[in-house]
Amino acid sequence: MTDASPLVKIRGLKIEGRSDETWTQIVNGIDLDLNRGEVLGLIGESGAGKSTIGLASMGFTRDGCRISGGTVEFDGIDLVSASLTDKRDLLGRRIAYVAQSAAASFNPAHKIIDQHTEAPVQHKVYSRSDSEADAIELYRRLRLPNPDEIGFRYPHQVSGGQLQRAMTAMAMSCRPDLIIFDEPTTALDVTTQIEVLAAVRDIVEQFNTAAIYITHDLAVVAQMADKIKVLLKGDEVEEADTRTMLSSPTQEYTKSLWAVRSFQRPQKPLAPASETPVVSIKNVTAAYGEVTVLRDVSFDIHAGRTVAVVGESGSGKSTTARCITGLLPPRKGSIEFDGKPLPPSYKSRTKDQLRQAQMIYQMADTALNPRLKIGDIIGRPVEFYMGLTGGEKRRRVEELLDQIELEPSTYYDRLPSELSGGQKQRIGIARALAAEPKFIICDEVTSALDQLVAEGILRLLANLQDNLNLAYMFITHDLATVKSIADEVVVMKEGVVVESGPKDQMFEPPHHAYTDLLLSSVPEMDPDWLTNLLDERGVDNIGDAATAKMS
Amino acid sequence: MVFLTWAVQGFILFTLIAFLFRLLGRTVGTDASRKLFRQMPLTAAFGIFMILVYVFVAVFADLIAPYGQEEVLGAANILPGGDEATGGNPAYPLGTDQIGRDILSRLIYGAQNTVGIAFATTCLAFLIGASFGFLAATMQGWTDQLLSRIVDVLMAIPQLIFALLLMTIASAWAGSEKWLLTVYMIVIIAFLDSTRVFRLARAVGLNIVVMDYIEAAKLRGESFPYLIFREILPNAVAPLLAEFGLRFCFVFLTIAALSFLGIGIQPPLADWGTMVKDLAQFINFAAFSPLTAALPIMAAGAIALLTVAVNFVVDWMLHRSSGLKE
Repeated sequence: MTDASPLVKIRGLKIEGRSDETWTQIVNGIDLDLNRGEVLGLIGESGAGKSTIGLASMGFTRDGCRISGGTVEFDGIDLVSASLTDKRDLLGRRIAYVAQSAAASFNPAHKIIDQHTEAPVQHKVYSRSDSEADAIELYRRLRLPNPDEIGFRYPHQVSGGQLQRAMTAMAMSCRPDLIIFDEPTTALDVTTQIEVLAAVRDIVEQFNTAAIYITHDLAVVAQMADKIKVLLKGDEVEEADTRTMLSSPTQEYTKSLWAVRSFQRPQKPLAPASETPVVSIKNVTAAYGEVTVLRDVSFDIHAGRTVAVVGESGSGKSTTARCITGLLPPRKGSIEFDGKPLPPSYKSRTKDQLRQAQMIYQMADTALNPRLKIGDIIGRPVEFYMGLTGGEKRRRVEELLDQIELEPSTYYDRLPSELSGGQKQRIGIARALAAEPKFIICDEVTSALDQLVAEGILRLLANLQDNLNLAYMFITHDLATVKSIADEVVVMKEGVVVESGPKDQMFEPPHHAYTDLLLSSVPEMDPDWLTNLLDERGVDNIGDAATAKMS
Repeated sequence: MVFLTWAVQGFILFTLIAFLFRLLGRTVGTDASRKLFRQMPLTAAFGIFMILVYVFVAVFADLIAPYGQEEVLGAANILPGGDEATGGNPAYPLGTDQIGRDILSRLIYGAQNTVGIAFATTCLAFLIGASFGFLAATMQGWTDQLLSRIVDVLMAIPQLIFALLLMTIASAWAGSEKWLLTVYMIVIIAFLDSTRVFRLARAVGLNIVVMDYIEAAKLRGESFPYLIFREILPNAVAPLLAEFGLRFCFVFLTIAALSFLGIGIQPPLADWGTMVKDLAQFINFAAFSPLTAALPIMAAGAIALLTVAVNFVVDWMLHRSSGLKE
């Protein structure tokens, strides 16, 4: 084996997926080369075939998929024709995989270190005690807190970011030649994401491991990869080394991906102080049972304005929304609508009060009843609140579908499962609009969507706001979204409003220390960003550690 | 040996029937139904075919049956087979029982009585169980607690013994009105079985009420009936339908068991459970005369065949509703 030949060599890879009794090609002939110690970033929207290719480079396909053409060679071994026994010998020992959700991938019934030692013992690389010692060493290198002890906890006893790092350590347990990272930070908060990114990058460098890094986040891949391959619907768009790709993409599609983050709406002037806000949250304290989750939260939302509520998971953003909608009556304080106090529980609110405040959900999949047709989903609030039936109802629904830029005749009779993620989210918007509200809560509406699709949704929401003078409360953890759509920003941490103010002011220093941490943790497209940030903050001052220092 | 031959022959015959039936389903009908048959395993095709046969027999029992179910014919204890050399009679292809009633006719009417009553009972059980189960899932709080604890108490008592107890009371109430006893039996078994349905409906409902679309409907100010029938029920149909098939078998067996014990469907109405009981002693002659022993086995076989058929279909439906394809 000479160094000149690549570690992974894929030629003309074609993969078919089975749906509805026929095989459809989902990867159309991809070539890929990966040398030892090199990190390749695979990016693209959902359905581009990123994960499928990632798995195929291990010689593996998901259920209902098959490799229909091409070759996959790993260190000279043909993985397409290799027997299951041969592959089993490679997997875990020489090829490892890090999944998106560490919480779902660890077995909750076993201690972390027991799961760690499984592969080395199985492959007879290390004895059990050696592997345990090695695990602790890896935990130390990945800068997990209490490396000597953390492995002896159960998966639910450590935080999401720590678990993701423990999983990276587990992938390293046999010192593989290749690791496939499948969106390892997508489910994490920005502040935790950094520690995982830094850890992954370090460990890959230290052991000279080759890696395929799959993500849809361009800024993340810019930090991690030596070269980037852009995919679109199973085809390769282009491949180049990271710096070239970022500075001078050649293809239109790549340029459009790069441009996504440029959508920015100018901040509207502040509403006059004399104007009654549409929604006013006054000193709200709320609790789930004994646990207080909101403390003395107050802010106003004015007509035609967007207030973005940002913070990490568990900061109380969604709880605030639940208080406003009346699902969780606050312990103290009140919610005022147009200057009049609302009953704390939704059960005692009038139909008109309920109509005025609508909600759009994060997961369009669970927010739309899968058994109802689009026409019925949007038609129900029209009928329920406006009393329209028959032809009038249908006309109104078609008007709403027009507003959300979907062709009424095509979509009226479809089921939610026949729509794409972005279209489903549009239906969610139409359902909220159908009630003709003054105020809409948008709960992470774009975080489950691809960037291009998310941008379309943001533009739509912005247009609707201008036309209908809607007030939005925009819950998000993505600061790029905040930049593009917000007028005012409220930063929350552990149930308390840390800082609030107009957007322009919030993105300018000086900030509250926590706002600063949040802002500086958002990855940028600059490939040196992570290196610079680590130099600036120091390796021990990122992620959970930094957050802990704040409180 | 004879029985083994019968079993092998039967198996081949049934496989053939199922295969042909599925072939038929694949070639005629709408696009959707053809697709359904293409994805169907042989067992499910067999199950559906057998259920259709039972339904057909039950509905048209009056037309198909050669004799009345209560009719006492001339000759008693004629063996099945219709071959005079072995003690049969071509007029009674499946023979007659001890008092000379035609077994074929009684089997056919038995389908009407046993299957019809079981079906009615299962429907009633689902109506009660599913309504209360969804109500408990939607209301939660003390409503849920109260209903669930009542169900726990009812389920703690062994079902057959409880049914026997209630049937004894019911037979005292019914007096000499035999049809009234049948109505009581339907209500009692439905009531006892609805506890199982309640548990399932509640569990399924709890998974559905946490969905955002239910929250959206609640925040819209929708009433409980709307939530239960428009939002929850359509999403619970698949597991409930699968349970319906399974529950139907249990109800069916309970009725047969009660009839066997003499307090279910009352003579002279034909019923498979009673038939098995009446002819049970002939099973002792299996070693000497297989044909004599076949008498009770035919009614028992009718019960077994339907149970197996329904279970095949239920398995297939569960498989489909769990999202596993092929």
